[in-house]
Amino acid sequence: MEIKLLYYLVPSLIMFCCGLYGFLTRKNMIAMLISLELMLNAVDINFTVINRYIFPDSKEGMIFTLFAIAIAAAETALAIAIIINLYRVTKKVETDEASQLKG
Amino acid sequence: MEIMYTIVALAIIIFSILTVTTRKILRSATYLLFTLFAAAIIYFMMDYEFLGGVQIAVYAGGIVVLFVFSILLTTSPGSNSEKLTNRRVWWGILAAVCTAGVTGWALLSRCAEIFATKPAMADYTMQDLGEDMLSTGHGGYLLPFEAISVLLLACIIGAVAVARKR
Repeated sequence: MEIKLLYYLVPSLIMFCCGLYGFLTRKNMIAMLISLELMLNAVDINFTVINRYIFPDSKEGMIFTLFAIAIAAAETALAIAIIINLYRVTKKVETDEASQLKG
Repeated sequence: MEIMYTIVALAIIIFSILTVTTRKILRSATYLLFTLFAAAIIYFMMDYEFLGGVQIAVYAGGIVVLFVFSILLTTSPGSNSEKLTNRRVWWGILAAVCTAGVTGWALLSRCAEIFATKPAMADYTMQDLGEDMLSTGHGGYLLPFEAISVLLLACIIGAVAVARKR
């Protein structure tokens, strides 16, 4: 059995849809951030796999994934700093509790 | 290779579903860790060893630890998250299934048979990668490299400034 391009795209599609579901249903901000990471990773897998299968002589998809991982790390660190600061003010991390700009 | 692929694909599917359905948030972070490891194995299978290493070091080593720290700081351990209302769940399932249906139909009807074999790749060594990152010529990535270092610096300063105790 030869492993086709499609066989890698289907798990990553399911991963993306799980992230979408989690992002829409969860109320805890950290759980939403975890779902966001799932979606970002699914896109990274797509970039890499398509680069490898369709353009094996170039490297743009791989380099793009490298930069995407670095930006995702920066974004997560900043988001967690904001969430912890919000927790210090309101003692909650749920989205519907944080309805005021000034705590 | 086929056995490896089957294990990784099943791990990605099962653990990403568990990540969003479990009610304990610490477990959710643990399942996310397994999903990220499976993604790293896919990078290794694609012969991008450096990318797999970066995935393990940055995601599994950095981001998941950040998640665990912030979960332990903000929620009491062992507590379940609030039970979801039915309406919210149905909207979420509707959005996810619609996305999966449309995209899956497009994938299956357009590229089910093309690109069936993995082509051979020219060996792309660490030295080539380092020279590409620091070259200004064609196929060089010096500008994004510098931009991302400034972004990381700004992010570190911003995170410290936001989370600092007043």
